[in-house]
Amino acid sequence: MASGSSERALARAWDSDIAYSFRSSPLTMAAAAFTALYLLGAMLAPWIAPQDPFDLKQLDLLNAFLPPVWEVEGKAGFLLGADDQGRDVLSTILYGSRVSLLVGFASVVLAMLLGIGLGLISGYAGGAVDAFIMRVADVQLSFPAILIALLIDGVTRGLISAQRHEELAVFVLVISIGLSFWVQYARTVRGLVLVEKNKEYVLAARVIGLPPALIMLRHVLPNVLGPVLVIATINLGVAIITEATLSFLGVGVPSTQPSLGTLIRIGNDYLFSGEWWITIFPGAALALLVLAVNLLGDWLRDALNPKLH
Amino acid sequence: MAMLRHARAGVWAALLLAVGGSLAEAKPFRFANDGDVGSMDPTFRNETFQLTFISNIYEALLRRDRNLKLEASLATEWKQVEPMLWRFKLRQGVKFHDGTPFTADDVVFSVNRAATAPSNMTGYFASLKEVRKVDDSTIEFETKVIDPLLDQKLVQIYILSKPWAEKNGASKSTDVTKPAEENHATRNANGTGPFVLKLRDPGVKTVIAPNPNWWDKAEHNLTEVTFSVIQNDATRVAALLSGEIDFIYTVPPQDTERLSKADNTKIMQGPETRVVYLGFDQARDELQESNVKGKNPYKDVRVREAFYRAIDIEAIKTRVMRGQATPVALMVAPGINGYVKELDVRPKYDPDAAKKLLADAGYTQGFETGMDCPNDRYVNDEAICQAVVAMLARIGIKVNLLAQTRTKYFAKILGPGYNTSFYMLGWSPASTYDTHNVFEQLLQSRNPAAKKGAFNVGGYSNPQLDALADKLEQEVDKAKRDAMIADAHKIFQKDFANIPLHQQALIWSMRKNIDAVQLADNSFPLRFVQVK
Repeated sequence: MASGSSERALARAWDSDIAYSFRSSPLTMAAAAFTALYLLGAMLAPWIAPQDPFDLKQLDLLNAFLPPVWEVEGKAGFLLGADDQGRDVLSTILYGSRVSLLVGFASVVLAMLLGIGLGLISGYAGGAVDAFIMRVADVQLSFPAILIALLIDGVTRGLISAQRHEELAVFVLVISIGLSFWVQYARTVRGLVLVEKNKEYVLAARVIGLPPALIMLRHVLPNVLGPVLVIATINLGVAIITEATLSFLGVGVPSTQPSLGTLIRIGNDYLFSGEWWITIFPGAALALLVLAVNLLGDWLRDALNPKLH
Repeated sequence: MAMLRHARAGVWAALLLAVGGSLAEAKPFRFANDGDVGSMDPTFRNETFQLTFISNIYEALLRRDRNLKLEASLATEWKQVEPMLWRFKLRQGVKFHDGTPFTADDVVFSVNRAATAPSNMTGYFASLKEVRKVDDSTIEFETKVIDPLLDQKLVQIYILSKPWAEKNGASKSTDVTKPAEENHATRNANGTGPFVLKLRDPGVKTVIAPNPNWWDKAEHNLTEVTFSVIQNDATRVAALLSGEIDFIYTVPPQDTERLSKADNTKIMQGPETRVVYLGFDQARDELQESNVKGKNPYKDVRVREAFYRAIDIEAIKTRVMRGQATPVALMVAPGINGYVKELDVRPKYDPDAAKKLLADAGYTQGFETGMDCPNDRYVNDEAICQAVVAMLARIGIKVNLLAQTRTKYFAKILGPGYNTSFYMLGWSPASTYDTHNVFEQLLQSRNPAAKKGAFNVGGYSNPQLDALADKLEQEVDKAKRDAMIADAHKIFQKDFANIPLHQQALIWSMRKNIDAVQLADNSFPLRFVQVK
């Protein structure tokens, strides 16, 4: 009985508009497959990577600058070559992607929670609260997000010692990126709340005396989530790029635990001397990942937009 | 921030290029280094790059010529008139950049300023008893002991104008460990030298122009010199290749070959007298940055030897330095008086022996330590430190590396605080070219009153070495002196006081139309530069 109903639910999902638009877009399917593979690779890195590049005991400086395996001086076990410290580039990409994805996801979640919360309050409460939150958002929107992330990172560096900062680097990154991206969510949610809050179902909930917090969370929120998910997906790509940019500028994660951006920065120093693999492979990995995530976000936006049906 | 800085430097360089292009006879010169000159104050930091940059603006009593021979500068004649008395005749008619005349009072004032803490130059005055004005054109230095090297020590002691310093509240030196505490001399300069400071934008660029009233005949043909900070290796090399910059130092070892073969650039190289080494905090009873509490592991010679033996210097030489370094086992390199070839033998690289030594010392599980390293001072400094961190990981030592820009790094590790547990430093006895300078400043027990051991960051102390260094300071018999130097080297090696790493190759790269004179201490006086 239970299995029957879940089968039917599955079949219904398969026939739904969203699934249909997914099935009919090969590009989206390819993007989804790539993203899934990438996530899997990053998650399983400790088991599938040839080397643990974060474990300094496994590094041998004599392997430094080995070219990819298909070049003359390449060495088995170093498929995509080795970097300046003798780290296997493939392993470093897999492990580095964990840092990048972790920072990406965590900062998106942080920005989303903050943005949704403030957006709901702003839209539902209106008046002075609304004006205040939206003016703060306006001010923040007038700065590029990367500048705000740099600012937050810089202030944190001033507050805590450099040694402590190395340990907390990932948290600092998540907070600085999360805090610089909440505005979009807040504005979108506020706009949607303004539309929704005068609809009958909200009025009905108000009439029966439900507290505002419950109305917002139980009734309004589910109706505004669609667009938020679209923003979140697209922002995931932006957050990963922002992390890479910060690390490229040397204010991200420490170089003993490189993320993709750190790898590109390190490799950048060796481009002139012909050791292209240190920077090109992580760069390609980053570009493909962000492209795939953006394609998914684009598709989701179209699929969830009733006007396009 | 770094990127913004580079972008700004780029814009300025482009602007200058535009200006330069419009003047037919003008020969502007633009050069770049990884890091900035920390201050315009001549006594802020005892560091070669810093001091040679300042030597373009300020002058000392004596200077070195193209062959490193001592020659007259603000003094015209000098003599050790008695064993403990030196007399200097001053050049007449010299004017500071602001027009005030150069006088004997300025010399007395500047020497005392340099010899008094928080000046970073106090180490050169261990032997000095008093400096005094005899008459308007004569100065005398009285020493506490016989100091045959006093004249050479004065090469990096630059002369400020006393009225200028006093008027502007710069009579006291600034402090290298407190870079934020500036005075008027930090961003302004008033020397007698061949160039005048035009613009100072810390961390970005510094512009100087020839001094039309210089007392000496200029050998350079420069009209304006712009010094820019370009920390990123690839960006610096790209700026040179594109012609945006005429000269760079440091040259990333990986790019040397390309720069030597490119159409418009060339490489100038030679051996450098600088030894890059690692040091340990051996003074504190408990390290500031370690998980070992209640004792200091670095006080145990076995731990120091274990570190030494865990470092694969050949791998650093071939991979990080790409052959552009010579490993050394002494604190001085060939080219310095007192280098002993027979003693330049490193203990074998042997991680297993290192592990055993650690176990013998009671650290079977290893321990955790902080490490300080500059990231814009020596060639590939951060990469060397990272390699060392990985090598030490193999014997169970967890190193928390802090690599930072030189101003912050020097402020942290230098005295009187010496806030480090394990550090990298490079040293070239640039003023005297003699080993005694290394003993006196790096290895003798710290003694601020006697002005010894000022750069003994780790606080290594061995009374035998102290006594030898004091004795050889006054010894004039060369054979006896050399024997004492060799003995002191042996004590240093037996104690594993520091880990000497290598003598880095001295490599400059420049556009093909630039002529420069390369000195073995890696100083780069602009007065020898010609643009064709």
